Amino acid sequence: MMQFMLLFSRQGKLRLQKWYVAHPDKLKKKITRELITTVLARKPKMCSFLEWKDVKVVYKRYASLYFCCAMEQEDNELLTLELIHRYVELLDKYLGSVCELDIIFNFEKAYFILDELVLGGELQETSKKNVLKAIAAQDLLQEEETPQGFFEDHGLG
Amino acid sequence: MPAVRGDGMRGLAVFISDIRNCKSKEAEIKRINKELANIRSKFKGDKTLDGYQKKKYVCKLLFIFLLGHDIDFGHMEAVNLLSSNKYSEKQIGYLFISVLVNTNSDLIKLIIQSIKNDLQSRNPIHVNLALQCIANIGSKDMAEAFGTEIPKLLVSGDTMDVVKQSAALCLLRLFRKSPEIIPGGEWTSRIIHLLNDPHMGVVTAATSLIDALVKKNPDEYKGCVTLAVARLSRIVTASYTDLQDYTYYFVPAPWLSVKLLRLLQNYTPPSEEPGVRGRLSECLETIFNKAQEPPKSKKVQHSNAKNAVLFEAISLIIHNDSEPNLLVRACNQLGQFLSNRETNLRYLALESMCHLATSEFSHEAVKKHQEIVILSMKMEKDVSVRQQAVDLLYAMCDKTNAEEIVQEMLAYLETADYSIREEMVLKVAILAEKYATDFTWYVDVILNLIRIAGDYVSEEVWYRVIQIVINRDEVQAYAAKTVFEALQAPTCHENMVKVGGYILGEFGNLIAGDTRSSPQVQFELLHSKYHLCSVATRALLLSTYIKLVNLFPEIKNRVQEVFKADSNLRSADVELQQRASEYLQLSIVASTDVLATVLEEMPAFPERESSILAVLKKKKPGRIPDDVRESKSPLPTVAPTAILNSTNNTNSSSADLLGLSTPPGSAAPTTGNGLLDVLGDLYTSTKISPSTVQQNNIKKFLFKNNGVLFENELIQIGVKSEFRQNLGRIGLFYGNKTQFPIQNVHPELHWTDLHKLNVQMKPMEPILEAGAQIQQMLTAECIEDFTDVPSMSVSFIYNNVPQKITMKLPLTLNKFFEPTEMNGESFFARWKNLGGEQQRAQKIFKAQGPIDLTGTRTKLAGFGMQLLDGIDPNPDNFVCAGIVHTKMQQVGCLMRLEPNKQAQMYRLTIRSSKESVSQEICNLLADQF
Repeated sequence: MMQFMLLFSRQGKLRLQKWYVAHPDKLKKKITRELITTVLARKPKMCSFLEWKDVKVVYKRYASLYFCCAMEQEDNELLTLELIHRYVELLDKYLGSVCELDIIFNFEKAYFILDELVLGGELQETSKKNVLKAIAAQDLLQEEETPQGFFEDHGLG
Repeated sequence: MPAVRGDGMRGLAVFISDIRNCKSKEAEIKRINKELANIRSKFKGDKTLDGYQKKKYVCKLLFIFLLGHDIDFGHMEAVNLLSSNKYSEKQIGYLFISVLVNTNSDLIKLIIQSIKNDLQSRNPIHVNLALQCIANIGSKDMAEAFGTEIPKLLVSGDTMDVVKQSAALCLLRLFRKSPEIIPGGEWTSRIIHLLNDPHMGVVTAATSLIDALVKKNPDEYKGCVTLAVARLSRIVTASYTDLQDYTYYFVPAPWLSVKLLRLLQNYTPPSEEPGVRGRLSECLETIFNKAQEPPKSKKVQHSNAKNAVLFEAISLIIHNDSEPNLLVRACNQLGQFLSNRETNLRYLALESMCHLATSEFSHEAVKKHQEIVILSMKMEKDVSVRQQAVDLLYAMCDKTNAEEIVQEMLAYLETADYSIREEMVLKVAILAEKYATDFTWYVDVILNLIRIAGDYVSEEVWYRVIQIVINRDEVQAYAAKTVFEALQAPTCHENMVKVGGYILGEFGNLIAGDTRSSPQVQFELLHSKYHLCSVATRALLLSTYIKLVNLFPEIKNRVQEVFKADSNLRSADVELQQRASEYLQLSIVASTDVLATVLEEMPAFPERESSILAVLKKKKPGRIPDDVRESKSPLPTVAPTAILNSTNNTNSSSADLLGLSTPPGSAAPTTGNGLLDVLGDLYTSTKISPSTVQQNNIKKFLFKNNGVLFENELIQIGVKSEFRQNLGRIGLFYGNKTQFPIQNVHPELHWTDLHKLNVQMKPMEPILEAGAQIQQMLTAECIEDFTDVPSMSVSFIYNNVPQKITMKLPLTLNKFFEPTEMNGESFFARWKNLGGEQQRAQKIFKAQGPIDLTGTRTKLAGFGMQLLDGIDPNPDNFVCAGIVHTKMQQVGCLMRLEPNKQAQMYRLTIRSSKESVSQEICNLLADQF
């Protein structure tokens, strides 16, 4: 089971966090800080897995962004790496050659996609097509709604 | 600003851009505070916000939270969004709640109500949103609210596939929180049959759920084995086009395959059903065959997915541990990975081989790869890979290759990473002991360890080498000669001095015949290190010296000189001073016969599992393969001839002389009976650690007379005491917590101020029956004020293992206080009278926690003096008065305690007519508040 997933930049800025275990906020912050430091200190050719405290950390860097998952001891390391890749593919497909900036501006979408892929720390749907279909269905519901806030956002409200 | 997908909240995008354009952290914080103020006023304002605005602001709060700021409002607005009829608003509401609401929030009832409504929705997208929220929060309340609904949703024929998937994982999350929610009976079979579902996504989700259910109740879910094997078989034999979108880079359904292989690891191989077993073997063979095929793609995703399945298959083979040919095949396959250019694969192969090494079928096959594993340990660039290589070498070691592996590990230790040295030292020490056929080799290895990595050699390791040398006659002369040589190095590690000191003290006579290592030479060599060593080592060396006096009477004068030296006899350290003076007296007073008896060679230690192994297991639980192949200790069992039994130890004062026990500086005075005890405690009853208990208790008992003095898993000792003037009665209650009798119970008291405090102990029954409690009375008489608190050691035998615990008695000077009432006038008159330098004692100390006046007051009330209210002009200060009763005299005593809340400090002043009383009362009270 996945305990949490963190996305952070090369500068150590957290871009997304998803926790599947209940920790107090203080502990989450501490774990995040320590893990980011640990991962950023590693050299490029090093192995993508590390034993860290009582979890198995699997991470991979895509351009300026690190994707980092904390798994339990019996989880499969290589497949976690591919789970990260699948997530990146989904973001890429949905946001169109995704970069760090896209994730910042569309963070809520990044969450929605992750919720389709992984639920409660377990992989839910591996088919790229099915995940994108689910997200498209959500978007369709939105489009049916009357656009609002246009005036407010342009200072005309 | 990049394109924003979906309905795009422009206000949000503008805000994010603003933040990104901030030049400094300060600017960013300023911008965020401005935004927070804005949102707060909007939420509080009179104008009702429409859904869109609420959504936008909630989303901004979420973004601010993700930047690392705390958010303490907006929850209510988010909950309002849940009941919006616009999907996008609802969705943002749910997102905020799953990221920011903790499980015991007051809002949880409202949230649950909204979820209930959405679960009833006819739109599967709404249902899924609700399910995802349950899975994200997964609280106990939710388990109660939805525990019956979700299983129905999962197995109902009407439920859409996407909902089934979410329902399965949602149920899993709730099950992990409250295992009782899963219904049994007919549900079991319906849940198991989800493995047959035509929709791969449903099977993928359901397999995780079933895996968790199986772990809880393997028998009930046994039916899943057949279905899982069938499903797996269909996947591995499928061509990559069969499964369409569930094929990942030409590998058919790798995630589902791995989940199924994991599921099967909950059971032993299906032996009752040969058909199933055969089919599973075929699957595993197929996975191996595919691993050998040329890759269908050069992409790393292809090989990762393929190998992920392979590694999981190998895990299953190792788990089953029943098919020799598959195990050997696994080993060969992993052997190939050891020289793969992917670091990840090398890492995993080493890890997996570590498990193979523990199977009798594949142990030999693993050994074939020894060369390359040694190379990995030396050459890998990544320390985590090197660590795996060390683990594997440790696991593959046996009698045939121990010498080589130990040699390589020792060589590598010189350059090894600091982070893994300590563990490597333990591993080398264990292997050397376990596989030694010739114990001279063992001694060499350990001394090398100290030489190469002395700082990382823990006490357990050097205790152990001494233990082994003492138990094995044939190695003693060699050990003495080797340590003697090692000590000749111009610089040697302090641990070497310790081992050398101990061994020469015991066995120096075995090499004294050689003029190059004559008694004088041995002594001078050891003593040349003395001044560079810590107090603990010096204490050990002093004991060695007195042993040398016994072995070699001709150097007695020289040794006495050393004992007499000011740096020893008048050492600032009380332990050294005591040893030097006692040993000096012993060497003067005792006849050769007495000396020989007192300093007799150490008796053999009882043999047990190496405690170093325990240390290693503690360091890395789960990573040390429990070796089943050669678990027997190579050492012959030596009868425990001389387990120290204090009941017939009549000469406790002489035994004390050998004491290496209490490390100087420790609070407890020397109570033990020598190294045997120290080691004995370490090796026989490592679980019992009275030292911490006694520290706490003695503090606690300063302020009260009754309570639990000591407790471990075997025994509980309670105390009840009363004092009148200079007399006290102390009742001790020994309770046996176990199912078996505790025998030879023998308490002993130790204290040095015999003439100041008289304590008598009534005899007691030596047997403590299972579950029984017996009482023992002690009487105390205070003759003169004292500082040394008596300690009590209780030895007993439980389950044929001798145990010994020590504790301080709650018998401190303050127990003999009589509280004295007085008014302000007479208090101040006395206070002034006692102003002399000799009468005052003062300490300023930091508060132990936040200053708590009530707590301090309660403590002082129990201390024995009279609390005098309304005397000190500052109401926060405490003043007390009392008389200490001793047989010789009565000592009036005044106290003032001034808390300083700003500084979190206390100032404590004691004035009494006797300097030593002021000092002692001050010492007792300091640091207690």
